[in-house]
Amino acid sequence: MARRYAGASLRHISVTTTGLTPRSSIWRSRRFHDAIVAYAFILPWVIGFILFVGGPIIASFVLSFFRWKMIAPPRFYGLTHYISMFTTDELFRISIWVTFKFVLISVPIGQVLALGLALLLNQRIRLLGFWRSAFYLPAVVSGVAGSVIWVWMYHAELGIVNNGLEMMGLEGRNWLFDREVVLGSLIVKSLWNVGIPMVIYLAALQGLPQQLYEAADIDGAGEVSKFFSITLPMLSPAIFFNVVMGIIASVQTFAEPYVMTGGGPDNATLFLGLHLYKNAFSFLKMGYASAMAWIMFLLIFGLTVFQFRLAGRWVYYEGGER
Amino acid sequence: MVVGNETVPTTERLGSERYTRPSRMRTHLLGNRFQTGLVRLLVIYALLILAAFLFLLPFYWMLNTALKPSNQVFTLPPTWIPKPVMWSNFITAFTMQYETDPPVYTYAINTMIVSVNGVVSTIFSSALVAYAFARLEFPGKNVIFLGILSTLMIPFAVVMVPQFIIWQRLGWLDTLWPLMIPHWFGSAWNIFLLRQFFMTIPIEYDEAAYLDGASRWHIFIRIILPLSKPALAAVAVFAFVFFWNDFLGPLIILSTPKNFTLTLFLANFNVAFRGTPWHLYMAAALIIILPCLILFFFSQNAFLKGITVTDLKG
Repeated sequence: MARRYAGASLRHISVTTTGLTPRSSIWRSRRFHDAIVAYAFILPWVIGFILFVGGPIIASFVLSFFRWKMIAPPRFYGLTHYISMFTTDELFRISIWVTFKFVLISVPIGQVLALGLALLLNQRIRLLGFWRSAFYLPAVVSGVAGSVIWVWMYHAELGIVNNGLEMMGLEGRNWLFDREVVLGSLIVKSLWNVGIPMVIYLAALQGLPQQLYEAADIDGAGEVSKFFSITLPMLSPAIFFNVVMGIIASVQTFAEPYVMTGGGPDNATLFLGLHLYKNAFSFLKMGYASAMAWIMFLLIFGLTVFQFRLAGRWVYYEGGER
Repeated sequence: MVVGNETVPTTERLGSERYTRPSRMRTHLLGNRFQTGLVRLLVIYALLILAAFLFLLPFYWMLNTALKPSNQVFTLPPTWIPKPVMWSNFITAFTMQYETDPPVYTYAINTMIVSVNGVVSTIFSSALVAYAFARLEFPGKNVIFLGILSTLMIPFAVVMVPQFIIWQRLGWLDTLWPLMIPHWFGSAWNIFLLRQFFMTIPIEYDEAAYLDGASRWHIFIRIILPLSKPALAAVAVFAFVFFWNDFLGPLIILSTPKNFTLTLFLANFNVAFRGTPWHLYMAAALIIILPCLILFFFSQNAFLKGITVTDLKG
């Protein structure tokens, strides 16, 4: 559910909660009572966590060491799943590579586009609401409906992409059936959904302290140097947040390849999520699918930790938090 | 230009010139600035128009196709304006039926049930949990809160198989329950957002109510929730869009068409109709995205606030 709610900038995530609740004397006498009440309030989450998150996490981990096709009882398999996915299952290697390429290309381009659009919207322009809606609108369209629209856009003879290119004297391609360009076609479709990071950048831009720019003006700084020495550093927490959320979402890409290509042609768009889904629900290889899910988690975890490591070098927190 | 009894040079009024320059120089500078300003404005609007064109083109292409009579879908080059405009395509798309499959509005009803349940239950349960983290002290608070946040990194794929097995054991596969029950227990992201918002509400409200004898529960229901309407609205619109558009969940749970949600129906469209009546396909896609588009237009502020809810510092 998280991926749909990209929001807020990381700088506001303060997990140290002590000290945030004012401790005026009227509450103090009731601390024990309050703790009981607090546990009652968080009970829904605790139950939900045990049943639908924590329990399944453990089950999935255990299951990844078993061979289980739902019919016969599970059989202990040791590390065989984890070994065979890197040795015998060539499709797995392909799916990792496809997912990796997609994340590595679509996330950076998407962030540049989102930031560019936010910068445009942050100028003194008329009809701000209209432009903002135009760029944001695709973000409320479902992955399936959006994919269906783009399948029709990419249609080789009847699609608007090829007909548009023809009007400009260019030659179109069979965008979804040509293994050389198909991943690029999905990346372009993914760029259509940059609305949420764009709005986060816009909010961050609007919150920038104006004095910095005034000071730079006095020093005679140009537009370009102001962008690189003020805007970018000040936006870095938002960039960091958006990149992390973008990675978490795009590693899990599923609806687009499922609807647009089915993983083809020639497995050129066999995303990890799709390969996993097929193994679990087409071939009922529940153990193997669980093992793959853990690899997906490691991919997300690794990329996120990598980002946090890098963040120390380039993310600037105003007021020296962190 | 006369202000009081003094003649003020025009540039002074513009407020940007710090000292009076020789007049020839001044006009030159002014003209130059005007020109660069104009060029800048032109570039900005050119880029805006280009980007808006590219972003809206898919919507136009969908609408255009959805309104075409079937024979015009296949004319080359494609026509930009359907003639005649076939509004009836929407009715056909909404009521059409394939063999023993139910009509499309059945899927709409299913989707509505799942979405409304999701919105109401996730808001209420998340708000409860968020309240505890915003206002109460208890042992383990920080650890549990970190735990909640870290579940954001767990991909659905990890919990998908065990959840599927739970529903299968309960015999609830191919019902809407598995798409509804898990959301009764709060979602990490909403808990986080609401907690951030609750913390911006001045504690004095709580204290005043408390001194009047209100319990924590009453403070939550009567004070915190009513004061949080903007944040709750923001969470609600995002939750609605999420549930309305959810695909992987329904895909693994539902198997007979009468239980399908709209996204599932759309993804199976080609299979059901053997070949593709593109005009009806696009009409169906448009019907499916319409509720979210309407919601967006009527609650833009809630959407924008939801994204930046934690910036609403009190």
